[in-house]
Amino acid sequence: MTRPLLDVRDLRVTFHIRREGGLPWTPPRALHAVGGVDFTLNPGETLGVVGESGCGKSTLARALIGLVPATGQAEWIDGRDLLALTPRQMMTYRADIQMVFQDPLASLNPRMTVGQIIAEPLTTHHPGLSRAEVKDRVRAMMQKVGLLPNQINRYPHEFSGGQCQRIGIARALIVEPKLIICDEPVSALDVSIQAQVINLLIRLQRELGLALVFIAHDLSVVRHISDRVMVLYLGKVMEIAASDDLYSDPQHPYTQALLSAVPVPDPDFDAVAHVVPLAGDLPSPLAPPSGCVFRTRCPRAQPACADQVPALTGDDHLTACHFPGPLTAEEIARARRVEAA
Amino acid sequence: MALLEINDLCVRFQTNDGEVGAVNHVSLRVDPGETLGVVGESGSGKSQLSFAIMGLLARNGRASGSVRFDGQEILNAPPRLLNRIRAEKIAMIFQDPMTSLNPYMRVADQMAEVLTLHKGMSRREAVAESVRMLDAVRIPDAKGRVRLYPHEFSGGMRQRVMIAMALLCRPQLLIADEPTTALDVTVQAQIMRLLADLQREFGMAMILITHDLGVVAGSCERVAVMYGGRIRESGPVGPLFHDPAHPYTQGLLAAIPRIDHDDEELAAIPGAPPNMTRPPPGCAFEPRCPYRRDECAASDPALDPFAEARARACFAPLADLRAHRETVHLAEDEAIMPVAAFAGASPSTLDKP
Repeated sequence: MTRPLLDVRDLRVTFHIRREGGLPWTPPRALHAVGGVDFTLNPGETLGVVGESGCGKSTLARALIGLVPATGQAEWIDGRDLLALTPRQMMTYRADIQMVFQDPLASLNPRMTVGQIIAEPLTTHHPGLSRAEVKDRVRAMMQKVGLLPNQINRYPHEFSGGQCQRIGIARALIVEPKLIICDEPVSALDVSIQAQVINLLIRLQRELGLALVFIAHDLSVVRHISDRVMVLYLGKVMEIAASDDLYSDPQHPYTQALLSAVPVPDPDFDAVAHVVPLAGDLPSPLAPPSGCVFRTRCPRAQPACADQVPALTGDDHLTACHFPGPLTAEEIARARRVEAA
Repeated sequence: MALLEINDLCVRFQTNDGEVGAVNHVSLRVDPGETLGVVGESGSGKSQLSFAIMGLLARNGRASGSVRFDGQEILNAPPRLLNRIRAEKIAMIFQDPMTSLNPYMRVADQMAEVLTLHKGMSRREAVAESVRMLDAVRIPDAKGRVRLYPHEFSGGMRQRVMIAMALLCRPQLLIADEPTTALDVTVQAQIMRLLADLQREFGMAMILITHDLGVVAGSCERVAVMYGGRIRESGPVGPLFHDPAHPYTQGLLAAIPRIDHDDEELAAIPGAPPNMTRPPPGCAFEPRCPYRRDECAASDPALDPFAEARARACFAPLADLRAHRETVHLAEDEAIMPVAAFAGASPSTLDKP
C-alpha cells in the first residue's frame, strides 16, 4: 500500500472563550471547534469536507496549514508531524501545502498587481530566481488557469469574481504544491461561473497530480469533485466514505438527513417524500451533548447514545454511530412528527 | 384577475459610471395563491425588480412602466398609499434576517409596532397576536422568546421571526428575496416547508427570488428566468426544466452539479455576465451564447409566447435548442474575454448616487 500524503490522527482545536461578566481570574471556557478528527489523504486524491456552519470545517483547514494552533498529529508523507514543527521548519512545508479562500476579492491584496500577487509565493520560497524567470513562470501559470498573460499588470478590482478566484488558484499553484486546501472556493460565485472554476480545479488536479481538501457546504458540488467525502458535525467526524458510496448509501442518520435536505433541480422530484427533518437547532459548541454529539437531533437516538462516544469504525466506509444503517420508514415518520409538534 | 400585474417595468440608476439599466421592460403577472419563482445570477436585476414593486428603490433609482396590485396602480404611488399597501397587502422578507431586524428592539416591540401602526391595536393585543404568529412559524416557547433581542436567535429562528413579522397583517402577496441563501441546507429545507405550509394556510401568493434552481423546482408553479435585466424565459416549472427554450436556461441547468447523479464534467457557460453600465447592443447573452446568429448582436429579441403559458426571448429556432440538448455540451472557454471592469454591477455599487 502506498503511503498517504497526509495522515491526521486525533486533531483537536480548542478555543478559550472568556466568560461574559467574568472576573479576571475566572477560567475561560473551552470551545472544542475540532474535537478529535482522524483521516488520511492519498497523493492525487480529493477529500471533500461537508457539514453545516459551525461544524469546524474551516477551522480544520486552518489547523492543517498552521493558521490556528492544534494538538494531535498530522503526519506528512516524509514522516514529519506538521503540527509539531516550529514556524521556521513549517516554512519549507508551506510550499507543499497551499490554500484557496472563499472570498475571491478579499483574499487578494488590492494594491498589488496580478503579476505581483501570483509571483509572491514564488519569490518567497525560491529567492534565487531571476526576475525574468519569475515573470515567465507567472505568465505560464496565468495561461494555465485561463487568464490572459497580458492582464499581468492589472489590479484585482478589474476582474470579476470568477477571474479573481482563478488568480487565487494561480497563486496557490505557482510553487508546485502537493496539496491544496480549498475553503469554500466556489460559494461566492454564480452558478455559471462556479462550473468554470470547478472544471478548472479538476483539470489542474489531473494534470499536476495534486491532492485537494475541498471544503464546501454545497453537497452537490462536493459530490462532483471529490473521491472521498468526510461529514463533520460539531467538530466530530460522522462518516467518511468514497463519494459515490456515501451519497448512494449513507449509513449515519446525520448524513442521511443532510443529503435529504439538498434541493434537487427537478420539478418531478418529490422532495417532501424524501426529506428527513432534523429537530431543533445545532447545540452550542460550548456545551456539546454527552456521548454522541448528534443524539439530541437523531431520529434513532437510544439511551446508550448519551453515555458513550461512538468510535469511527469500518474498513473503507467509516461511520461514527452506535446504530448505523439506513433510516427506516418508521424512523422518518417519527422525525416528521417531532418537527410538526 | 391577476393579483399583481407588471407591465413594461424599467428600473434605471444614475451612477458615477453613467446610467445603469438594472431592469428592462419586464412584464409579469402573479395570480392569487400562486408561487412565482424569479431566477437569475447576481446583477440580473431580480432584486431591483422586487424593490421597484415595493417602492424601495435607492434614491438614485427611477422606475417606469406599470405595477398594478388588485387593479390599483402602485408604481411611484404616494408614500401614504405605499405605506398602507406594504405590510397590509404585500410583505417582503429578505436574505439576511440579522440586518433586516432592528438589533436594538426586542422582537415583541418590533412585531407589535407593525400591528399598532397598521391595525390600530393596543400594545397588549399586538403582543398577544405576535406570540400567536411566532407560534404559527413554529418557534418553540414563543411566549418567552418574544421578549428576546434578535441576536439571541439562531439564523434559522431569526428568519422565522422575519416571516412571522411579514405575515402579521395577513398580506395577499409575499415577496421572498433569497430567503434561504444565508442558511444551511437542513435549515433551508425547514424554512421552505414552513413557507409552503403558511402559504396554504393563509392563501397568499408568493414571489420567490432566488439563484438556486433546486429551490425553485421544489416550491414554484411558474418561473421567470432573468438575465441582464430582462426576462429571457418564463413558463410553468415542469416544461421549463425539462425543455428549456432559452440558451441561458439550458446552460444554467447544465452547469449545476446534481446530488442525485454525477456527471463527468459540468457544462460551464463560457465568459462572464454583462457589465450593465455598458450593456451589449443586442441580446445580453449573445457573447456567451452557443446558438448566436447575426441578428443577436444587432437587436434584443422580445419575450414572445410560443406554447401554452410559455414565452421566450431568443432568435435561435427552438428546434435547434432541442436538437442540441442531448448532444452538445457547451465547451468551456478557457481564454476569458477581455475584462469588463466592475462586471455585474451589484446593488451595493448602485446605492451610491
